[in-house]
Amino acid sequence: MINKLVIENLKHRPLRTALTAFTIGMQVMMILTLVGISRGLLADSARRAQGVGADIWVRPPGSSAISFSSAGMPQGILRYFSKQPHVVHVAGMVVHPIGGVNTVTGVDLEEFNRLSGGFRYLDGGPFQGREEVLVDEFYAEQNKKKAGDVIQLLNRPWKIAGVVEAGKLGRLFVPRDTLQELTGNTGKLSQVLLKLDDSKLTDQVVASLKKELPDYQIYSIAEFTSLFTVSNVPGLSAFIGVIIALSIVLGFVVVSLTMYAAVLERTREIGVLKSLGASPGYVVNLLLRETSLLAVIGWITGILLAFGSRWAIRTFVPAYLTQQIVPDWWPIAFGVALTGALLGALYPGVKAARQDAIEALSHE
Amino acid sequence: MSDTIIAIRDLRKIYRVGDVEVAALRGVNLDVQRGEFLAVVGPSGSGKSTLFHILGGLTPPTSGNVYIDGRDLMGMSEAERTNLRKTTVGFVFQKYNLLPTLTAADNIEIARSIARKNGKWDAQFDEILKMLGIKARLHHKPRAMSGGEQQRVAIARAIVNEPAILLADEPTGNLDTENSNTVLSLLRDLNKRLNQTILMITHNPEAAAFADRIVQMRDGRIVS
Repeated sequence: MINKLVIENLKHRPLRTALTAFTIGMQVMMILTLVGISRGLLADSARRAQGVGADIWVRPPGSSAISFSSAGMPQGILRYFSKQPHVVHVAGMVVHPIGGVNTVTGVDLEEFNRLSGGFRYLDGGPFQGREEVLVDEFYAEQNKKKAGDVIQLLNRPWKIAGVVEAGKLGRLFVPRDTLQELTGNTGKLSQVLLKLDDSKLTDQVVASLKKELPDYQIYSIAEFTSLFTVSNVPGLSAFIGVIIALSIVLGFVVVSLTMYAAVLERTREIGVLKSLGASPGYVVNLLLRETSLLAVIGWITGILLAFGSRWAIRTFVPAYLTQQIVPDWWPIAFGVALTGALLGALYPGVKAARQDAIEALSHE
Repeated sequence: MSDTIIAIRDLRKIYRVGDVEVAALRGVNLDVQRGEFLAVVGPSGSGKSTLFHILGGLTPPTSGNVYIDGRDLMGMSEAERTNLRKTTVGFVFQKYNLLPTLTAADNIEIARSIARKNGKWDAQFDEILKMLGIKARLHHKPRAMSGGEQQRVAIARAIVNEPAILLADEPTGNLDTENSNTVLSLLRDLNKRLNQTILMITHNPEAAAFADRIVQMRDGRIVS
């Protein structure tokens, strides 16, 4: 019966119930979307790294595997790598951030094609001039661009030479020497990719290279992509923690206000329940059940909103963001929603439990 | 003494309003017999509502003794008074006080649920619902019912747990004459047919006339 009263109370104020559940849903969505985007971007980067077809990934000394590293390797090192046993192809590139999580990659197209098997062109073809750019299909779709169009990059116009199939390294490619020059990195590289004659020898070659170049970050492609996790991104786990804390505070405030209003509005009803013999515990139980149900509705709403945000990202900004659905975080998000909601219901609950029955019954 | 269900001895209640003490009851003595229909009448401020609240366990007395079905209210804890409301006393209020979100049936059921009574109510209570004339209205919410119907649902709710005492505070205060007479007749029927002890507070002499006995209160005392 108490559950029926809980449901009827929530149905009695449909707008307030919907708004509260929606706000709790927003906090759940915030968490699920943030984690989903973090994982999505990392997984997408890992997928694109794998898509190149390299066996070994080399980053400059002192750099992180998944941060935007500076171009800290001399271009001459390409010759050194090409002479190593089992290395059949070498490609060096410069990666430059262009805002947010987006980058432009400077490649030597001939070198890159040898290593990766080349791009598949959906429109146009390889760049012919110094200030031409290749964009991937998601970038073209999101920005409504095609071969021959001009885009602004690094404060200058670039002609789109071709639109390529997505999945190889980056979304924007320009001639390496042009990017080196524009970013003051002439003769320097951000990363080097190596292709071996036999992939099974990767660990052996990596070990040999690490011995020769102890300061360099040298990874097999499997090891490199395994580093694309939330915990390996500096500050990301802390950032997610902050968002969770903010979500709890948000849930606390919203539910606190809602339940406080509900307790005030139902003063007389609480008095009636007490006159029928309801104990303070019964009244608190009633409010906590109501709050828990709001948290459940909010949680389900939040999961649906997270699907919505993924749809929005896929539809409107496929080139910039990728969001994963993260079912393993659903229980955590529920815990956060429930914690915030129950904390918020605590004071109104205690107030209701302590309400004097006679005063409550005379409340207009 | 075995037939005395309520025994009140030198009952006093003092409210503190700021620094001022207000004596609401100034030594009330009263016995109510089991199965009696008693009306307490008196003007506003005479102390009848305070007496009602103390008998219902809604507020503790300041001094004196109140024995309800043999148990002294004076020594009762808050939890024991809550239990008294659950098992021994049923309330009917002037403003009906039905829960607006629940149907009539659920308003009755919630009282059973609080008293931890499960399952369908028995055939005897079904008969009472027929007698109250609300059997066909059980699935309606209070807003869809007339004042008289709401008050009859409130009476059903008050007696569903078979309390020893039914306390009615101005039960016809919000009703027109026709509905008032219906409700008062029903209270009298309940009293006669079920031997239900009823203590009714009213300022209306016509309503009080339905009772077996009338006591008058004035200035916190019973005067006749």
